[in-house]
Amino acid sequence: MELPIQTFRVTRADLVRYAGASGDFNPIHWSDRTASKVGLPGVIAHGMFTMALVGRAVSAWAAAPDAVVEFGVRFARPVVVPDTDEGTEVVVSAVVKEVTEAGLTRLDITATCHGDKVLSQARATVRAPR
Amino acid sequence: MSLDPSFVGRTYPPTAPYQVGREKIREFAAAIGATDPAHDDPEAARALGHPDVVAPPTFPVIVTMAASRQIVEDPALGVDYSRVVHGDQRFAYTRPVVAGDELVCVNTIEEITNRGGHGFLTTRTDVSTAAGEPVVAVWSKIVVRGEA
Repeated sequence: MELPIQTFRVTRADLVRYAGASGDFNPIHWSDRTASKVGLPGVIAHGMFTMALVGRAVSAWAAAPDAVVEFGVRFARPVVVPDTDEGTEVVVSAVVKEVTEAGLTRLDITATCHGDKVLSQARATVRAPR
Repeated sequence: MSLDPSFVGRTYPPTAPYQVGREKIREFAAAIGATDPAHDDPEAARALGHPDVVAPPTFPVIVTMAASRQIVEDPALGVDYSRVVHGDQRFAYTRPVVAGDELVCVNTIEEITNRGGHGFLTTRTDVSTAAGEPVVAVWSKIVVRGEA
């Protein structure tokens, strides 16, 4: 079963806010100068910010903020965030792989930016709402 | 760069307790756009059976990332942090983190491989309360990129 697609807009302001809230101040997430110096096409989102957006999608599908019992991703490709009002967009979809007898639902997740997969092996297990 | 595989299995001393504050959970939830009232309103969290506001699923990385400095700054292991890229991340929760938790991290090096001039380091961080109740296990794989 395919779950409804969820789309998240990501701007530079989001990265600055996430840096402050998470304590990850790596300059590749806010400085074009640093990003290009290390060979990136531009400032990129924190991998953990992308994962957090996917976590929002999973919680929304589960219809509960506390339903995730397992959650893992591989960071396959960076999410480049241009310094524009629009920023960029991360599109998150998932299929239900399995519902166990214990009531756990296993999801295979896809996250893309401009059609390219930014995560691989993205999976979550959620329990049914209380 | 090459990482010494003899570090596999090494466990580091428990970290100093991290106090999970209600405002920190609210700040983190706002930063990722998570709007469920249980992240913000203690009453909404209590209605779900939690003692206080509930952290979003990736919140524990705040605690584990700080704790993993034990490893990436271990001079004996010699990771060059300016060459580090995040590879994989995984969480297995016993329960969600909630405000009021006092969290202690125990870091273990699970795997080290060297391939194509890059070093791959997988750590597991067992996060429990100061009283010893397990909360979440967190795996993180980092890639230490070799000189081009």
